[in-house]
Amino acid sequence: MIHMICCVKQVPDPETPASQFKVDEATKKVLPVPGIDPVADEFAILGVEAALRIREAAGEAKITVLCLGPDAARDAVKKALAMGADEGIQLTDKAFEDGDSFATARALAAAIKKLEPFDLVLCGRQAPDWDVGVTPSVIAELLGLPCITVAREVKVSDGTLQVERVLLDGFETVEASLPAVVTVSNELGEPRYPQLRQIMAAAKKPVAVWSVADLGLDPSQVGVAGSLLSLDRLYVPVHEAKCEFIEGETMDEAAEKMAAKLREAKLI
Amino acid sequence: MANESGVLVVAEVAEGALAAISSEILGAARRLADELGQPVQAALLGQGVEPLAQGLVAAGADKVYVVDEPILAEYQSDAFVPAAEKVCREANPSIVLLGQTDIGRDLAPRLAFRLETAVAMDCLDLAISDSRLVMTRACYGGNANAQHTCNTMPQMATVRVKSQEPLAPDTSRQGEVSKVAADIDPSAVRTKITGRRKEEAEGIRLEDAEVIVGGGRGMGSTEAFQTLEELADLMKGAVGATRAACDMGWYPIPKQIGLTGKVVSPTLYIAVAISGASQHMAGLSGAKNIIAINKDPEAGIFRYCRYGIVGDWKTVVPPFLNKVRQLKAG
Repeated sequence: MIHMICCVKQVPDPETPASQFKVDEATKKVLPVPGIDPVADEFAILGVEAALRIREAAGEAKITVLCLGPDAARDAVKKALAMGADEGIQLTDKAFEDGDSFATARALAAAIKKLEPFDLVLCGRQAPDWDVGVTPSVIAELLGLPCITVAREVKVSDGTLQVERVLLDGFETVEASLPAVVTVSNELGEPRYPQLRQIMAAAKKPVAVWSVADLGLDPSQVGVAGSLLSLDRLYVPVHEAKCEFIEGETMDEAAEKMAAKLREAKLI
Repeated sequence: MANESGVLVVAEVAEGALAAISSEILGAARRLADELGQPVQAALLGQGVEPLAQGLVAAGADKVYVVDEPILAEYQSDAFVPAAEKVCREANPSIVLLGQTDIGRDLAPRLAFRLETAVAMDCLDLAISDSRLVMTRACYGGNANAQHTCNTMPQMATVRVKSQEPLAPDTSRQGEVSKVAADIDPSAVRTKITGRRKEEAEGIRLEDAEVIVGGGRGMGSTEAFQTLEELADLMKGAVGATRAACDMGWYPIPKQIGLTGKVVSPTLYIAVAISGASQHMAGLSGAKNIIAINKDPEAGIFRYCRYGIVGDWKTVVPPFLNKVRQLKAG
Protein backbone atom coordinates (compact mmCIF):
# COMPACT_ATOMS: atom_id res chain seq x y z
CA MET A 1 0.00 0.00 0.00
CA ILE A 2 1.51 3.32 -0.97
CA HIS A 3 2.08 5.98 1.65
CA MET A 4 1.66 9.62 0.71
CA ILE A 5 2.65 12.56 2.88
CA CYS A 6 0.91 15.88 2.25
CA CYS A 7 2.51 19.05 3.62
CA VAL A 8 -0.06 21.69 4.52
CA LYS A 9 0.16 25.16 5.97
CA GLN A 10 -2.10 27.65 7.72
CA VAL A 11 -1.95 31.15 6.18
CA PRO A 12 -3.71 34.52 6.52
CA ASP A 13 -6.76 34.44 4.23
CA PRO A 14 -5.45 35.46 0.77
CA GLU A 15 -8.90 36.91 0.03
CA THR A 16 -8.34 39.55 2.72
CA PRO A 17 -9.23 42.86 1.04
CA ALA A 18 -6.10 44.91 0.37
CA SER A 19 -7.68 47.83 2.26
CA GLN A 20 -7.71 45.74 5.46
CA PHE A 21 -4.29 44.18 5.03
CA LYS A 22 -1.78 45.68 7.48
CA VAL A 23 1.70 44.89 8.70
CA ASP A 24 3.59 45.91 11.82
CA GLU A 25 6.82 47.23 10.37
CA ALA A 26 8.59 47.12 13.74
CA THR A 27 8.11 43.38 14.26
CA LYS A 28 7.95 42.67 10.49
CA LYS A 29 4.73 40.71 10.92
CA VAL A 30 1.34 40.70 9.25
CA LEU A 31 -1.36 41.84 11.64
CA PRO A 32 -4.38 39.57 12.07
CA VAL A 33 -7.57 41.10 10.64
CA PRO A 34 -10.51 40.97 13.08
CA GLY A 35 -13.23 38.73 11.71
CA ILE A 36 -11.05 37.14 9.03
CA ASP A 37 -9.67 33.79 10.19
CA PRO A 38 -6.54 32.18 8.80
CA VAL A 39 -7.17 29.42 6.27
CA ALA A 40 -5.40 26.34 4.98
CA ASP A 41 -3.12 27.10 2.02
CA GLU A 42 -5.30 26.33 -1.01
CA PHE A 43 -2.42 24.94 -3.08
CA ALA A 44 -1.47 22.54 -0.25
CA ILE A 45 -5.10 21.46 0.06
CA LEU A 46 -4.96 20.60 -3.64
CA GLY A 47 -1.98 18.38 -2.76
CA VAL A 48 -4.33 16.54 -0.38
CA GLU A 49 -6.93 16.35 -3.17
CA ALA A 50 -4.29 14.86 -5.51
CA ALA A 51 -3.44 12.24 -2.88
CA LEU A 52 -7.11 11.33 -2.44
CA ARG A 53 -7.53 10.91 -6.20
CA ILE A 54 -4.48 8.61 -6.28
CA ARG A 55 -5.94 6.58 -3.40
CA GLU A 56 -9.27 6.26 -5.21
CA ALA A 57 -7.54 5.04 -8.36
CA ALA A 58 -5.37 2.57 -6.41
CA GLY A 59 -8.13 1.29 -4.15
CA GLU A 60 -6.08 1.81 -1.03
CA ALA A 61 -3.31 4.07 0.25
CA LYS A 62 -2.24 5.72 3.44
CA ILE A 63 -2.27 9.52 3.58
CA THR A 64 -0.43 11.37 6.34
CA VAL A 65 -0.82 15.11 6.63
CA LEU A 66 2.14 17.09 7.93
CA CYS A 67 1.97 20.68 9.11
CA LEU A 68 4.53 23.01 10.61
CA GLY A 69 2.97 25.79 12.63
CA PRO A 70 1.62 26.91 15.98
CA ASP A 71 -1.31 25.24 17.80
CA ALA A 72 -3.78 27.26 15.74
CA ALA A 73 -2.49 25.61 12.57
CA ARG A 74 -4.34 22.49 13.74
CA ASP A 75 -7.29 23.72 11.63
CA ALA A 76 -5.32 23.08 8.44
CA VAL A 77 -4.57 19.52 9.60
CA LYS A 78 -8.22 18.99 10.54
CA LYS A 79 -9.33 20.17 7.12
CA ALA A 80 -7.06 17.64 5.40
CA LEU A 81 -8.28 14.89 7.74
CA ALA A 82 -11.91 15.81 7.04
CA MET A 83 -11.20 15.59 3.32
CA GLY A 84 -10.01 12.02 3.89
CA ALA A 85 -6.38 11.93 5.07
CA ASP A 86 -5.72 9.21 7.66
CA GLU A 87 -3.57 10.83 10.29
CA GLY A 88 -1.89 14.09 11.13
CA ILE A 89 1.50 15.20 12.36
CA GLN A 90 1.95 18.69 13.62
CA LEU A 91 5.38 20.23 14.08
CA THR A 92 4.94 22.75 16.85
CA ASP A 93 7.82 24.29 18.72
CA LYS A 94 8.83 27.86 19.45
CA ALA A 95 12.13 27.02 17.74
CA PHE A 96 10.40 26.41 14.37
CA GLU A 97 8.99 29.93 14.19
CA ASP A 98 9.93 32.56 11.60
CA GLY A 99 12.13 30.21 9.62
CA ASP A 100 12.95 30.85 5.96
CA SER A 101 12.11 28.23 3.33
CA PHE A 102 15.40 26.44 3.96
CA ALA A 103 14.97 26.14 7.74
CA THR A 104 11.34 25.07 7.30
CA ALA A 105 12.33 22.45 4.72
CA ARG A 106 14.92 21.05 7.14
CA ALA A 107 12.23 20.47 9.78
CA LEU A 108 9.72 19.01 7.31
CA ALA A 109 12.35 16.74 5.72
CA ALA A 110 13.35 15.40 9.15
CA ALA A 111 9.70 14.64 9.93
CA ILE A 112 9.19 12.96 6.54
CA LYS A 113 12.28 10.83 7.18
CA LYS A 114 10.77 9.79 10.50
CA LEU A 115 7.60 8.74 8.66
CA GLU A 116 9.48 6.30 6.40
CA PRO A 117 8.63 4.27 4.43
CA PHE A 118 6.80 6.67 2.11
CA ASP A 119 6.30 6.86 -1.65
CA LEU A 120 5.19 10.37 -2.46
CA VAL A 121 5.40 13.80 -0.84
CA LEU A 122 2.80 16.30 -2.07
CA CYS A 123 3.08 20.04 -1.45
CA GLY A 124 1.42 23.19 -2.79
CA ARG A 125 3.34 25.01 -5.53
CA GLN A 126 3.83 28.03 -3.23
CA ALA A 127 2.05 29.17 -0.11
CA PRO A 128 -0.04 32.33 -0.52
CA ASP A 129 1.65 34.07 2.42
CA TRP A 130 5.26 34.45 1.32
CA ASP A 131 4.58 33.37 -2.31
CA VAL A 132 7.98 31.71 -2.53
CA GLY A 133 7.80 28.07 -3.66
CA VAL A 134 11.22 26.99 -2.42
CA THR A 135 10.41 24.63 0.47
CA PRO A 136 9.31 21.57 -1.57
CA SER A 137 12.43 21.61 -3.77
CA VAL A 138 14.66 21.84 -0.70
CA ILE A 139 12.78 18.98 0.98
CA ALA A 140 13.53 16.93 -2.14
CA GLU A 141 17.19 17.90 -2.05
CA LEU A 142 17.48 17.03 1.65
CA LEU A 143 15.88 13.64 1.05
CA GLY A 144 17.80 13.01 -2.19
CA LEU A 145 14.60 12.74 -4.22
CA PRO A 146 13.45 14.11 -7.57
CA CYS A 147 11.08 17.08 -7.40
CA ILE A 148 8.44 17.71 -10.04
CA THR A 149 6.92 21.15 -9.73
CA VAL A 150 3.63 22.83 -10.72
CA ALA A 151 1.48 19.80 -11.44
CA ARG A 152 -2.11 19.76 -12.62
CA GLU A 153 -2.42 15.99 -12.67
CA VAL A 154 -0.62 13.38 -10.57
CA LYS A 155 -0.99 9.64 -11.18
CA VAL A 156 0.73 6.55 -9.85
CA SER A 157 0.61 3.30 -11.79
CA ASP A 158 2.78 0.22 -11.20
CA GLY A 159 5.11 2.17 -8.98
CA THR A 160 5.67 4.86 -11.62
CA LEU A 161 4.75 8.45 -11.09
CA GLN A 162 3.17 10.36 -13.98
CA VAL A 163 2.79 14.08 -13.63
CA GLU A 164 1.36 16.68 -15.98
CA ARG A 165 3.10 19.99 -15.35
CA VAL A 166 1.73 23.43 -16.19
CA LEU A 167 4.13 25.53 -18.27
CA LEU A 168 3.65 29.16 -19.25
CA ASP A 169 2.70 28.18 -22.80
CA GLY A 170 1.40 24.66 -22.43
CA PHE A 171 1.81 21.39 -20.58
CA GLU A 172 4.48 18.75 -20.10
CA THR A 173 4.19 15.15 -18.93
CA VAL A 174 6.98 13.78 -16.79
CA GLU A 175 7.60 10.31 -15.40
CA ALA A 176 9.72 9.33 -12.43
CA SER A 177 10.04 6.40 -10.11
CA LEU A 178 8.96 6.64 -6.50
CA PRO A 179 9.64 8.04 -4.00
CA ALA A 180 9.43 11.62 -5.23
CA VAL A 181 8.24 15.11 -4.29
CA VAL A 182 5.50 16.80 -6.35
CA THR A 183 4.12 20.33 -6.05
CA VAL A 184 0.54 20.97 -7.10
CA SER A 185 -1.00 24.02 -8.79
CA ASN A 186 -4.57 25.36 -8.90
CA GLU A 187 -5.07 23.86 -12.37
CA LEU A 188 -5.63 20.49 -10.62
CA GLY A 189 -9.23 21.64 -10.14
CA GLU A 190 -11.55 22.06 -7.20
CA PRO A 191 -10.74 20.19 -3.99
CA ARG A 192 -13.55 18.18 -2.44
CA TYR A 193 -15.65 19.76 0.25
CA PRO A 194 -15.87 17.66 3.43
CA GLN A 195 -19.34 16.62 4.58
CA LEU A 196 -20.42 17.16 8.17
CA ARG A 197 -20.06 13.42 8.83
CA GLN A 198 -16.43 13.55 7.65
CA ILE A 199 -15.70 16.62 9.76
CA MET A 200 -17.02 14.73 12.81
CA ALA A 201 -14.96 11.67 11.91
CA ALA A 202 -11.84 13.82 11.48
CA ALA A 203 -12.06 14.86 15.11
CA LYS A 204 -11.34 11.24 16.07
CA LYS A 205 -8.34 10.80 13.77
CA PRO A 206 -4.95 10.86 15.50
CA VAL A 207 -2.79 14.00 15.37
CA ALA A 208 0.69 13.71 16.88
CA VAL A 209 2.64 16.79 17.88
CA TRP A 210 6.39 16.69 17.36
CA SER A 211 8.97 19.11 18.71
CA VAL A 212 12.49 19.90 17.51
CA ALA A 213 13.83 17.24 19.88
CA ASP A 214 11.42 14.64 18.45
CA LEU A 215 12.98 15.25 15.03
CA GLY A 216 16.52 14.83 16.37
CA LEU A 217 17.37 18.37 15.27
CA ASP A 218 19.14 21.10 17.18
CA PRO A 219 17.14 24.33 17.67
CA SER A 220 19.93 26.20 15.85
CA GLN A 221 19.09 24.28 12.64
CA VAL A 222 15.48 25.43 12.35
CA GLY A 223 13.33 28.54 12.59
CA VAL A 224 14.91 31.96 12.53
CA ALA A 225 18.21 30.58 13.92
CA GLY A 226 18.55 28.13 11.02
CA SER A 227 17.64 30.66 8.32
CA LEU A 228 20.00 31.99 5.66
CA LEU A 229 17.75 34.71 4.29
CA SER A 230 17.21 37.63 6.60
CA LEU A 231 13.99 39.64 6.49
CA ASP A 232 15.12 43.23 6.89
CA ARG A 233 11.90 45.03 6.11
CA LEU A 234 8.21 44.27 5.56
CA TYR A 235 5.88 47.02 4.36
CA VAL A 236 2.72 47.70 2.41
CA PRO A 237 3.52 49.28 -0.96
CA VAL A 238 1.63 52.43 -1.85
CA HIS A 239 -0.42 52.50 -5.04
CA GLU A 240 -1.11 55.93 -6.38
CA ALA A 241 -4.86 55.95 -6.73
CA LYS A 242 -5.87 58.70 -9.10
CA CYS A 243 -8.72 57.01 -10.85
CA GLU A 244 -10.90 59.39 -12.81
CA PHE A 245 -14.41 57.95 -12.74
CA ILE A 246 -16.23 58.53 -15.97
CA GLU A 247 -19.95 59.02 -15.67
CA GLY A 248 -22.82 59.77 -17.97
CA GLU A 249 -26.61 60.00 -18.13
CA THR A 250 -26.57 56.48 -19.49
CA MET A 251 -24.01 53.72 -19.60
CA ASP A 252 -23.76 54.28 -23.36
CA GLU A 253 -22.73 57.85 -22.75
CA ALA A 254 -20.14 56.89 -20.12
CA ALA A 255 -18.73 54.20 -22.40
CA GLU A 256 -18.47 56.63 -25.31
CA LYS A 257 -16.78 59.23 -23.13
CA MET A 258 -14.29 56.61 -22.01
CA ALA A 259 -13.44 55.71 -25.62
CA ALA A 260 -13.02 59.40 -26.45
CA LYS A 261 -10.73 59.90 -23.42
CA LEU A 262 -8.53 57.04 -24.55
CA ARG A 263 -8.41 58.47 -28.04
CA GLU A 264 -7.41 61.85 -26.62
CA ALA A 265 -4.62 60.19 -24.62
CA LYS A 266 -3.56 58.38 -27.84
CA LEU A 267 -4.08 55.04 -26.14
CA ILE A 268 -6.30 53.76 -28.94
CA MET B 1 34.92 29.29 -1.15
CA ALA B 2 36.01 32.83 -0.61
CA ASN B 3 36.95 35.86 -2.74
CA GLU B 4 33.66 35.67 -4.59
CA SER B 5 33.47 38.17 -7.43
CA GLY B 6 31.03 38.67 -10.25
CA VAL B 7 27.33 38.85 -10.94
CA LEU B 8 26.36 35.65 -12.70
CA VAL B 9 23.23 35.38 -14.81
CA VAL B 10 21.72 32.01 -15.70
CA ALA B 11 20.57 32.71 -19.26
CA GLU B 12 17.55 31.10 -20.86
CA VAL B 13 17.08 29.89 -24.39
CA ALA B 14 13.66 29.57 -26.00
CA GLU B 15 13.20 27.98 -29.41
CA GLY B 16 16.81 28.40 -30.43
CA ALA B 17 17.16 32.05 -29.42
CA LEU B 18 18.01 33.88 -26.21
CA ALA B 19 14.84 34.46 -24.20
CA ALA B 20 13.94 38.10 -23.48
CA ILE B 21 14.38 37.51 -19.75
CA SER B 22 18.11 36.85 -20.33
CA SER B 23 18.70 40.43 -21.54
CA GLU B 24 16.49 41.81 -18.78
CA ILE B 25 18.54 40.10 -16.06
CA LEU B 26 21.79 41.04 -17.79
CA GLY B 27 20.66 44.67 -17.68
CA ALA B 28 20.22 44.39 -13.91
CA ALA B 29 23.45 42.42 -13.53
CA ARG B 30 25.44 45.08 -15.41
CA ARG B 31 24.11 47.82 -13.14
CA LEU B 32 24.91 45.85 -9.96
CA ALA B 33 28.32 44.67 -11.19
CA ASP B 34 29.39 48.19 -12.17
CA GLU B 35 28.44 49.40 -8.72
CA LEU B 36 30.45 46.61 -7.10
CA GLY B 37 33.35 46.89 -9.55
CA GLN B 38 32.90 43.24 -10.50
CA PRO B 39 32.42 41.48 -13.85
CA VAL B 40 29.16 40.16 -15.30
CA GLN B 41 29.18 36.44 -15.97
CA ALA B 42 26.59 34.38 -17.79
CA ALA B 43 25.85 30.67 -17.74
CA LEU B 44 24.52 29.38 -21.06
CA LEU B 45 23.15 25.86 -20.70
CA GLY B 46 21.63 23.69 -23.42
CA GLN B 47 22.31 21.79 -26.59
CA GLY B 48 23.59 23.64 -29.66
CA VAL B 49 23.55 26.89 -27.72
CA GLU B 50 27.20 27.95 -28.11
CA PRO B 51 26.47 30.28 -31.07
CA LEU B 52 24.23 32.33 -28.75
CA ALA B 53 27.11 33.24 -26.42
CA GLN B 54 27.96 36.42 -28.34
CA GLY B 55 24.39 37.60 -27.89
CA LEU B 56 24.91 37.49 -24.12
CA VAL B 57 28.11 39.52 -24.49
CA ALA B 58 26.21 42.08 -26.57
CA ALA B 59 23.57 42.24 -23.83
CA GLY B 60 26.13 42.99 -21.12
CA ALA B 61 28.13 39.88 -20.15
CA ASP B 62 31.93 40.01 -19.76
CA LYS B 63 32.36 36.27 -19.66
CA VAL B 64 30.06 33.49 -20.82
CA TYR B 65 30.37 29.96 -19.48
CA VAL B 66 28.86 27.57 -22.00
CA VAL B 67 27.74 24.06 -21.14
CA ASP B 68 26.64 22.64 -24.49
CA GLU B 69 25.64 19.00 -24.13
CA PRO B 70 22.91 16.70 -25.47
CA ILE B 71 21.69 15.93 -21.94
CA LEU B 72 20.66 19.59 -21.70
CA ALA B 73 18.52 19.49 -24.86
CA GLU B 74 15.34 19.97 -22.82
CA TYR B 75 15.02 21.55 -19.41
CA GLN B 76 15.05 18.93 -16.67
CA SER B 77 16.08 20.01 -13.22
CA ASP B 78 18.18 16.92 -12.53
CA ALA B 79 20.44 17.82 -15.49
CA PHE B 80 20.35 21.61 -15.27
CA VAL B 81 20.97 21.82 -11.51
CA PRO B 82 24.42 20.11 -11.66
CA ALA B 83 25.34 21.99 -14.86
CA ALA B 84 24.52 25.35 -13.27
CA GLU B 85 26.27 24.29 -10.07
CA LYS B 86 29.43 23.45 -11.99
CA VAL B 87 29.49 26.86 -13.66
CA CYS B 88 28.85 28.65 -10.37
CA ARG B 89 31.69 26.80 -8.68
CA GLU B 90 34.04 27.67 -11.51
CA ALA B 91 32.98 31.33 -11.80
CA ASN B 92 32.70 31.84 -8.01
CA PRO B 93 30.32 34.85 -8.24
CA SER B 94 29.10 36.95 -5.32
CA ILE B 95 25.62 37.19 -6.86
CA VAL B 96 23.62 34.71 -8.98
CA LEU B 97 20.49 35.87 -10.83
CA LEU B 98 17.84 33.83 -12.63
CA GLY B 99 14.48 34.67 -14.18
CA GLN B 100 11.21 33.92 -12.40
CA THR B 101 10.15 31.67 -15.26
CA ASP B 102 9.18 28.01 -15.64
CA ILE B 103 12.89 27.20 -15.55
CA GLY B 104 14.05 29.69 -12.94
CA ARG B 105 11.41 28.87 -10.36
CA ASP B 106 12.25 25.16 -10.65
CA LEU B 107 16.03 25.51 -10.86
CA ALA B 108 16.83 28.29 -8.38
CA PRO B 109 15.80 26.60 -5.09
CA ARG B 110 17.79 23.45 -5.82
CA LEU B 111 20.80 25.36 -7.14
CA ALA B 112 20.78 27.49 -3.98
CA PHE B 113 20.68 24.37 -1.82
CA ARG B 114 23.65 22.84 -3.67
CA LEU B 115 25.63 26.06 -3.29
CA GLU B 116 24.77 26.09 0.43
CA THR B 117 23.03 29.43 0.16
CA ALA B 118 19.50 30.83 -0.01
CA VAL B 119 17.49 32.46 -2.79
CA ALA B 120 14.93 35.26 -2.78
CA MET B 121 12.29 34.42 -5.37
CA ASP B 122 10.47 36.72 -7.78
CA CYS B 123 12.34 39.93 -6.94
CA LEU B 124 11.04 43.25 -8.25
CA ASP B 125 14.06 45.30 -7.29
CA LEU B 126 17.74 44.63 -6.64
CA ALA B 127 20.10 47.16 -5.11
CA ILE B 128 23.51 47.29 -3.49
CA SER B 129 23.89 48.62 0.03
CA ASP B 130 27.21 48.29 1.92
CA SER B 131 28.41 45.94 -0.84
CA ARG B 132 25.51 43.59 -0.13
CA LEU B 133 22.59 42.73 -2.36
CA VAL B 134 19.25 44.04 -1.10
CA MET B 135 16.44 42.02 -2.66
CA THR B 136 12.90 43.41 -2.70
CA ARG B 137 10.03 41.09 -3.51
CA ALA B 138 6.27 41.11 -3.24
CA CYS B 139 4.54 38.73 -0.84
CA TYR B 140 1.06 38.10 0.54
CA GLY B 141 -0.25 38.09 -3.01
CA GLY B 142 1.25 41.53 -3.63
CA ASN B 143 -0.27 43.11 -0.52
CA ALA B 144 3.17 43.52 1.06
CA ASN B 145 6.77 43.92 0.00
CA ALA B 146 9.66 42.22 1.79
CA GLN B 147 13.30 43.23 1.71
CA HIS B 148 15.90 40.56 2.22
CA THR B 149 19.63 40.19 2.45
CA CYS B 150 21.46 36.89 2.49
CA ASN B 151 24.15 35.96 4.97
CA THR B 152 25.80 33.38 2.74
CA MET B 153 27.56 33.53 -0.63
CA PRO B 154 26.59 33.65 -3.40
CA GLN B 155 23.59 35.91 -2.86
CA MET B 156 20.85 34.57 -5.11
CA ALA B 157 17.64 35.96 -6.56
CA THR B 158 15.12 35.19 -9.24
CA VAL B 159 13.87 38.27 -11.04
CA ARG B 160 10.30 38.95 -12.15
CA VAL B 161 9.81 39.02 -15.90
CA LYS B 162 9.70 42.56 -17.35
CA SER B 163 10.81 44.14 -14.07
CA GLN B 164 14.32 45.02 -15.31
CA GLU B 165 15.48 47.15 -18.25
CA PRO B 166 17.74 45.41 -20.77
CA LEU B 167 20.69 47.31 -22.23
CA ALA B 168 20.59 48.24 -25.90
CA PRO B 169 22.42 45.31 -27.58
CA ASP B 170 25.97 46.30 -28.50
CA THR B 171 27.52 43.86 -30.95
CA SER B 172 30.90 45.59 -30.63
CA ARG B 173 31.21 44.62 -26.94
CA GLN B 174 34.03 42.21 -26.24
CA GLY B 175 33.70 39.23 -23.95
CA GLU B 176 35.28 35.91 -23.23
CA VAL B 177 33.53 32.62 -23.98
CA SER B 178 34.58 29.61 -21.96
CA LYS B 179 33.36 26.05 -22.46
CA VAL B 180 32.66 23.99 -19.38
CA ALA B 181 32.18 20.22 -19.36
CA ALA B 182 29.39 19.34 -16.96
CA ASP B 183 30.08 15.57 -16.87
CA ILE B 184 26.51 14.83 -15.88
CA ASP B 185 25.84 11.19 -15.18
CA PRO B 186 22.71 10.33 -17.23
CA SER B 187 21.54 8.03 -14.45
CA ALA B 188 21.39 11.06 -12.14
CA VAL B 189 18.48 12.35 -14.23
CA ARG B 190 15.59 10.68 -12.46
CA THR B 191 12.77 12.20 -14.49
CA LYS B 192 11.76 11.54 -18.07
CA ILE B 193 9.76 13.94 -20.20
CA THR B 194 7.20 11.84 -22.06
CA GLY B 195 5.25 14.60 -23.74
CA ARG B 196 5.06 18.32 -24.23
CA ARG B 197 2.22 20.20 -25.76
CA LYS B 198 2.30 23.84 -26.62
CA GLU B 199 -0.99 25.65 -26.38
CA GLU B 200 -0.82 27.59 -29.61
CA ALA B 201 -1.71 31.19 -29.08
CA GLU B 202 -3.76 32.65 -31.91
CA GLY B 203 -2.90 36.17 -32.91
CA ILE B 204 -0.80 38.40 -30.71
CA ARG B 205 1.00 36.90 -27.72
CA LEU B 206 0.00 38.35 -24.36
CA GLU B 207 3.64 39.08 -23.56
CA ASP B 208 4.01 41.21 -26.70
CA ALA B 209 0.60 42.89 -26.78
CA GLU B 210 0.37 46.69 -26.56
CA VAL B 211 -3.31 46.45 -25.65
CA ILE B 212 -4.76 43.75 -23.45
CA VAL B 213 -8.39 43.25 -22.50
CA GLY B 214 -8.63 41.20 -19.31
CA GLY B 215 -11.70 39.42 -18.00
CA GLY B 216 -12.39 38.33 -14.44
CA ARG B 217 -14.79 36.45 -12.23
CA GLY B 218 -17.61 38.83 -13.12
CA MET B 219 -17.61 37.74 -16.77
CA GLY B 220 -19.72 34.71 -15.93
CA SER B 221 -19.17 32.49 -18.96
CA THR B 222 -16.94 31.40 -21.81
CA GLU B 223 -19.26 33.16 -24.28
CA ALA B 224 -18.76 36.45 -22.46
CA PHE B 225 -15.09 36.33 -23.38
CA GLN B 226 -16.02 36.48 -27.09
CA THR B 227 -17.09 40.09 -26.57
CA LEU B 228 -13.67 40.81 -25.09
CA GLU B 229 -12.00 39.11 -28.06
CA GLU B 230 -13.98 41.29 -30.43
CA LEU B 231 -12.81 44.37 -28.55
CA ALA B 232 -9.19 43.18 -28.47
CA ASP B 233 -9.23 42.40 -32.21
CA LEU B 234 -10.42 45.89 -32.92
CA MET B 235 -7.42 47.33 -31.09
CA LYS B 236 -4.95 44.70 -32.39
CA GLY B 237 -4.60 43.49 -28.84
CA ALA B 238 -4.92 40.26 -26.91
CA VAL B 239 -7.26 38.87 -24.28
CA GLY B 240 -6.13 37.67 -20.87
CA ALA B 241 -7.95 36.41 -17.80
CA THR B 242 -7.66 36.25 -14.05
CA ARG B 243 -6.92 33.02 -12.23
CA ALA B 244 -10.54 32.87 -11.09
CA ALA B 245 -11.80 33.01 -14.68
CA CYS B 246 -9.29 30.34 -15.81
CA ASP B 247 -10.14 28.11 -12.85
CA MET B 248 -13.81 28.34 -13.87
CA GLY B 249 -12.78 27.08 -17.30
CA TRP B 250 -13.97 30.21 -19.12
CA TYR B 251 -10.61 30.94 -20.73
CA PRO B 252 -7.48 28.84 -21.48
CA ILE B 253 -4.94 28.39 -18.67
CA PRO B 254 -2.02 29.87 -20.68
CA LYS B 255 -3.97 33.16 -20.88
CA GLN B 256 -3.83 33.65 -17.13
CA ILE B 257 -2.27 36.93 -16.00
CA GLY B 258 -0.95 37.11 -12.46
CA LEU B 259 1.37 35.76 -9.84
CA THR B 260 1.02 32.16 -11.02
CA GLY B 261 0.43 33.08 -14.66
CA LYS B 262 1.95 35.54 -17.10
CA VAL B 263 3.50 38.92 -16.46
CA VAL B 264 2.47 41.43 -19.13
CA SER B 265 3.42 45.01 -19.93
CA PRO B 266 0.85 46.54 -22.27
CA THR B 267 0.50 50.27 -22.89
CA LEU B 268 -3.21 49.87 -22.18
CA TYR B 269 -4.90 47.27 -19.99
CA ILE B 270 -8.69 47.20 -19.99
CA ALA B 271 -9.86 45.33 -16.90
CA VAL B 272 -13.38 44.04 -17.33
CA ALA B 273 -15.26 42.62 -14.32
CA ILE B 274 -11.98 42.20 -12.46
CA SER B 275 -11.92 42.87 -8.72
CA GLY B 276 -8.22 43.67 -8.67
CA ALA B 277 -6.97 40.95 -6.32
CA SER B 278 -3.30 41.50 -5.63
CA GLN B 279 -2.44 38.12 -7.11
CA HIS B 280 -3.79 39.30 -10.50
CA MET B 281 -2.20 42.74 -10.23
CA ALA B 282 1.19 41.03 -9.71
CA GLY B 283 1.08 40.16 -13.42
CA LEU B 284 0.40 43.77 -14.38
CA SER B 285 3.31 45.49 -12.71
CA GLY B 286 4.53 46.49 -16.18
CA ALA B 287 1.20 47.83 -17.49
CA LYS B 288 1.44 51.55 -18.28
CA ASN B 289 -2.24 52.52 -18.27
CA ILE B 290 -5.02 50.58 -16.62
CA ILE B 291 -8.70 51.31 -17.08
CA ALA B 292 -11.49 49.32 -15.48
CA ILE B 293 -15.14 48.52 -15.82
CA ASN B 294 -16.62 47.07 -12.65
CA LYS B 295 -20.03 47.30 -11.04
CA ASP B 296 -18.54 47.59 -7.54
CA PRO B 297 -17.32 51.16 -6.89
CA GLU B 298 -15.23 49.77 -4.01
CA ALA B 299 -13.42 47.23 -6.20
CA GLY B 300 -9.67 47.22 -5.55
CA ILE B 301 -8.97 47.51 -9.28
CA PHE B 302 -9.86 51.21 -9.22
CA ARG B 303 -6.86 51.86 -6.96
CA TYR B 304 -4.63 51.05 -9.93
CA CYS B 305 -6.65 52.84 -12.61
CA ARG B 306 -6.31 55.94 -14.71
CA TYR B 307 -9.96 55.83 -15.78
CA GLY B 308 -12.84 53.80 -14.48
CA ILE B 309 -16.51 53.20 -15.13
CA VAL B 310 -18.78 51.85 -12.42
CA GLY B 311 -21.27 49.62 -14.15
CA ASP B 312 -22.16 46.16 -15.37
CA TRP B 313 -19.76 45.23 -18.17
CA LYS B 314 -22.69 43.95 -20.23
CA THR B 315 -24.07 47.47 -20.48
CA VAL B 316 -20.70 49.22 -20.86
CA VAL B 317 -18.57 47.08 -23.17
CA PRO B 318 -20.93 46.98 -26.21
CA PRO B 319 -21.30 50.78 -26.54
CA PHE B 320 -17.58 51.18 -25.77
CA LEU B 321 -16.78 48.73 -28.54
CA ASN B 322 -19.00 50.60 -30.98
CA LYS B 323 -17.41 53.92 -30.16
CA VAL B 324 -13.90 52.49 -30.52
CA ARG B 325 -14.89 51.04 -33.89
CA GLN B 326 -16.23 54.42 -34.96
CA LEU B 327 -13.08 56.25 -33.81
CA LYS B 328 -10.86 53.72 -35.54
CA ALA B 329 -12.84 54.08 -38.76
CA GLY B 330 -12.72 57.86 -38.57
